[in-house]
Order: sequence, then structure tokens, then C-alpha cells
Amino acid sequence: MWKQTEGSRAVAETVAHCRPEVIAAYPISPQTHIVEELSRLVRSGTLDPCEYVNVESEFAAMSMCIGASAAGARAYTATASQGLLYMVEALYNASGLGLPVVMTVANRAIGAPINIWNDHSDSMSQRDSGWIQLYARDNQEAADLHPQAFRLAEELSLPVMVCMDGFVLTHAWERIDVPDQERVDAFLPPFEPRQVLDPAEPVSIGAMVGPDAFTEVRYLAHAKQTQALEAIPRVSAEFGEVFGRVSGGLVHPYACEDADTVVVSLGSVCGTVCDVVDEMRERGVRIGALAVTSFRPFPLEEVRAVLGGARRVVVLERAFSVGVGGIVSANVRTALSGIRLDGHTVVAGLGGRAITKASLHRLFDDALAGRLGELTFLDLDTGLVERELARMARTRRSGPSAENILRDVGSNR
Amino acid sequence: MSGARQVKFYQVGSLAAGNRLLAPALRSGQADPDRSNALTCGHRACQGCGEALGARYVLDAAQRASGGKVIAVNATGCLEVFSTPYPETSWQLPWLHSLFGNAPAVAAGVAAALRAQGRTDVRVIGQGGDGGTVDIGLGCLSGMFERDDDVLYVCYDNEAYMNTGVQRSGATPPAARTATTQTGAPFGQGKSLPLIAMAHGIPYVATATVAGLRDLEAKVHRAMGMRGARYLHVLVPCPLGWGTASHDTVRVARLAERCGLFPVFEAVDGEVTDVTPIRRRIPVEEYLRPQKRYAHLFEPEVRTDVIARLQRAADRNVARFGLAEEEAP
Repeated sequence: MWKQTEGSRAVAETVAHCRPEVIAAYPISPQTHIVEELSRLVRSGTLDPCEYVNVESEFAAMSMCIGASAAGARAYTATASQGLLYMVEALYNASGLGLPVVMTVANRAIGAPINIWNDHSDSMSQRDSGWIQLYARDNQEAADLHPQAFRLAEELSLPVMVCMDGFVLTHAWERIDVPDQERVDAFLPPFEPRQVLDPAEPVSIGAMVGPDAFTEVRYLAHAKQTQALEAIPRVSAEFGEVFGRVSGGLVHPYACEDADTVVVSLGSVCGTVCDVVDEMRERGVRIGALAVTSFRPFPLEEVRAVLGGARRVVVLERAFSVGVGGIVSANVRTALSGIRLDGHTVVAGLGGRAITKASLHRLFDDALAGRLGELTFLDLDTGLVERELARMARTRRSGPSAENILRDVGSNR
Repeated sequence: MSGARQVKFYQVGSLAAGNRLLAPALRSGQADPDRSNALTCGHRACQGCGEALGARYVLDAAQRASGGKVIAVNATGCLEVFSTPYPETSWQLPWLHSLFGNAPAVAAGVAAALRAQGRTDVRVIGQGGDGGTVDIGLGCLSGMFERDDDVLYVCYDNEAYMNTGVQRSGATPPAARTATTQTGAPFGQGKSLPLIAMAHGIPYVATATVAGLRDLEAKVHRAMGMRGARYLHVLVPCPLGWGTASHDTVRVARLAERCGLFPVFEAVDGEVTDVTPIRRRIPVEEYLRPQKRYAHLFEPEVRTDVIARLQRAADRNVARFGLAEEEAP
């Protein structure tokens, strides 16, 4: 159903059409609109039967989903940032137990310094948690990924995280074809759990596993994600048959066939990158873009197939691994093992800093001219950083860095 | 209280009335050879483990009360570890272990799922030790209480982190020696979770010990007859952590009750509604002396000051809960 709506609302309505039976809700910006809308849908009886539970923390939210899923119910929650980190122990537990929980992550930076705006530090920190991670390029895809997420989760008995950029997507209003009940029902069968707590057939779930079997159980987690590499494109194709549009899948190459330079990115920035690629193509530059939708599992073969023929790859990342550099880049490098090309990691858009077309034009021109290093922080104000480094070198008690830099920014306005 | 309290059989020495002296209706379910056995033999608990005893009593009673339709959610801890090194699970009911600090939330999730599925016949029990309950799991437990989730949560309180080798918890009593309180746990610290549970105004809160089997079973039956968040706090001596003989578990639990340090009561909707009066009250010293965790109170010199302080704590419990035995008519 086409409507002018907010990204969060479109996601909430789509999730409701997936008929979750238990929703654990805890507020955190910029995810809150999703659980608010779901609350309305449950209270109004639109979504029935469904238990909507206001929990006391994200740790409890994920724990409640674990219990509900183990009892055979379709379970959903949403979070962001600090909330995702607060539930980390339960995240690993849900995937370790093989429980098909689906969660929306409204991507947001992690403090300190506290920051409510978008980057990918939160979900990237959970790349090894055993969850499938899908990144939405726009709000249509954010909505569409949810029925696909439930399909994948329940088919594979693995939890799935749908990542959508906080504010950039969650709070953006646009025209969206919200997957309606009839078609979601046609696409998403009822949940048939692989394991369930049932007094008629008692099982123990969550037993201690020692060295004799732990490796095998962990390998199985990897094997299931490998199966997801096959399942994700298949489910995306089936979604396309029912809904008549392309959403989801592993990767989305754009103008890559003859490209010397390919820009790899995830999430909402992909659209901006494609616009810049179009403009540079008009100037005759052979540049393309590769959107990675499935970050876990990471589609090594598909990425290699697209990038293998290029001379240069620029990986644009909204998070980084402090002390080494790129996170996505490291995965891209694994995909390109044995292939020699110039690789550049660009950290951009941290804590909500806008990634503008102007900045990207400058950046890609630098890359083409051979002026780009291995690791670049896009639009970094080096003056601010150097002044703080100088203060720290000058005075032992130089004070809190974040506040010093803010004061510096303010005084230079 | 169960009808057992009205019966005064003094001939068995311990003040406990033998089961066969009671009318069949008042006998313990554990006396029935055909009872269900939620936690079967073969598990790896220490000899004389109070928690294994308590868990079996509670879950067997819960199964009897619900026609066998119970799902148990377990916090990490001794009970979880000793019962499930696969393929040797001791659990004869559907059982889920997730994490140390989330058993109440996981249990609430199971309850929510059952409600959404319309399965009102299946009941949910959450359970953990004192560390998992009063410390790391308190946030989730408080959430479960205030939402009045339909879960009976049972704390098997052995008064320290026994699974990791006897470290102090928020339930460790003053003066008790643990691996992290070598000279005895400090006074003025720790918490009473039954009172915290009552402050939430939940429908049912009760305390019990593994020494009062019929009382414990009666409380489980009462709790299972209610809906909403219910809390049962069971004192389960730990021979390893308390430094008591394996054959003394039940005796030590009874001494804890008889000296007044562990008040046995129940509360409905946040108000105390019944207590188990103490027959022939004993001084705390009789409870402390058999336990190595209190040995420093008796060797090399008798710490009368500390013992007196503990005695005052017991006296306060007796006054507060009205535990003094009624005068015989």
C-alpha cells in the first residue's frame, strides 16, 4: 500500500504484517518511533494475537525475545546504539541457541562522547555475534527487509538484524509501498520452530557444552551463515515475485561492469554514492558503486566477482576499528585475497556528520589522482585535532578532550 | 500454613512430624513413590546439596499442582551446571537456560509466548541461586515483578556465589566468611529480596527452607494456584560453602529457622499474612557453631560481640514477623 510515511512507521506496519506474537519494547533514540507505532497497532487490535511488553532494559528485551522464541512464538524487538551494546550478552545467547529473533537496529553512534546521530558503530561492533546483518539502502528496502528477515531467521533458525540508518532513514518521510497483510501472508509462512519448550515433549535447551563438542556447535553457526549466502538471494527473489520489486539480496552493483574504480558502501549513503557515480560518469570517469546489503554473512564470492576486474576500490565506512582502520575494508580484502589492486579505506559520517556529494567528489577525484592514502577520515578537521594534541602535550591536566574540542569549535565560529 | 503446623509430634526429636503420622492429605508429595521427578538422579551436585533438594521439591510440587505442565527457566549457576552436562540432563520437564542475569526476563518471555498462543494450561517457573537472583538478575526480576508477569520465580538461597567457589553475594549474611570476605561479611550490608519483592506489591511472596518440606510444598501449591508474578525464597544450605557436613543440610536449615535468622513467612499483595512460629527457639550460637564459615567467631577466641550482634538480628526478625511461639492453651 503506497503512502507518504515515516521510515519508522513503515517498518512498524510491515513488522505488524509479519504477525509477531511477542514484542519486547524499550525506548532509545532513534528507534523509538518503531515501538511506539507497534504499541498503537497492538492496542488497537490491528495486531492480534500479540503480547506487547514494556521491558525495563534492552538486556531484558532480548532476554524476553529469547524466552518467547524458545516457547515457539515469533519474537521481535528494536534497538540502537547503547541499547544494542547493553543486550550484547543476550545477542550472543540468542544466536548460540539458534533462536530466530528479528530485530531492527536504527544505527546510531556509540559514546563516549554521547551522540544520538547516525553511524554504524553499534551494529558493526556485533558483526561477530552470530546474527545475520542486513543493511537497508532506503526506507522501502528497510520495510521490505523485515518479511525477508523473518523468512530467513525461521528457515535457518538464526536471529536476523535489520540495520537502518538512524534519523537518515528512521525519521525520513517519503513515499513507501508498505508490504500489505495479504502479500506478507503469501510470502511468510507461520513460524515452525525447530526446537520448542513443550511439556508434551520435554527438552533441555541451553545445556553446558565442553571441549568435546563446542567447536562443532560453533562451526554449525558458521555453516548456517554459509547457508544464508544461498538463502538470502533466493528469499529476495521470491520477495520480488510476490511484491514486484528488488529488495534485499547480498550485494547491489551499480555501473560496475567496466569500472576501474569501485566504491563499496553500506546503508543509506549508497544512494548518494550512486548519484556521484552518475555525475562522474558524465565526465567520462569509469567509476561504479557496490552496495553490500548482507554484511553477515559476508558475500565473499559476489564481492570478488564485482571488484576483481577493478584497479581501485574505495571502501566508505560509517564505523572503524580503532587502532587499525576499516572493518568493512578488512572483509573486502578477504574477498580480494590474491588480487592486486589499490585499496582505500575512508571513514565517513561518524556521529551523524553529513556525507555530502561535494565531499565525495573531492574524495573520488583524490583517489583517481593517486592522492588518497590507505586510511582517510572524510572531512576531518585536522586543525581541531592538532590543537587538542598540542594541549595534551603541553599540560598534564589538559582536561576532557571532547569538551576541549567543543569549546574550540565554539570559539572559532 | 499447611495443616502440619497444628500437629505437635515431639517424639521424633527434631520437632518434625513424621509423614506417616499424618493424614494422607497432609503428607508430603515427596513421600509418594509414584510422584513425578522433575530433577532425576545422576546429576553432579555435591553430596548433601540443599539446592538440588530444594529444586526437586519445588518443581515436583509445581508439576503436581499443574498437571505436569510446567516449563522451567534457569539462571546460570550450580543448579544449571550440575544438572546438564549433556547428554546427561537431569531435567524431566522442558527446561531452558539462557544467561546468569536474565532468567526472570526469559521466563517472562516464555509466559508472554504462551499467552499469545492461548495456552493458559502451561505454567512457567523461573529459578536461580541467590547471586543470579538478588544481584546480577535483580533488574530483570524487578521488571518481571512490576509488570506482574505470570511467572513463579524461585530463589534457592545458599547465601553466596557457590558455583564460582564461595564468594560474597548480596544475600551473604553478616559475619559469614567467604572467599571474598575472609574475615566475615560486613554488618549493615546485604538485602532481603523477599521484602523487596513485597514492596512491588506482587500477589504472592513466601520464604521456606528445605527443612520444612510440607510447608515448602504447600507454598508452591498456593503460588501455582495464583496468576501473576510470584516469588518464593528457599533457604538451601550448601555443605561446601557453609562448611557443614553433607548429612546436616536439613538440620542446619532447620536451625536457621529456629534461631530466627531466617524468618519463614508468606505475604499476599505486599502484606505478611502468615508466619511459621518458632517452637523452642534456640540461640544463634547453636546455628553458627556447626558451620565452618562462622568458625572465626569461635576460634581462637569466642567473639561474643559479633555473636551478640547476630543474636540481635535474630531477635529483630522474631519481633518483626511475630515468630515467637504462641503460648500453649
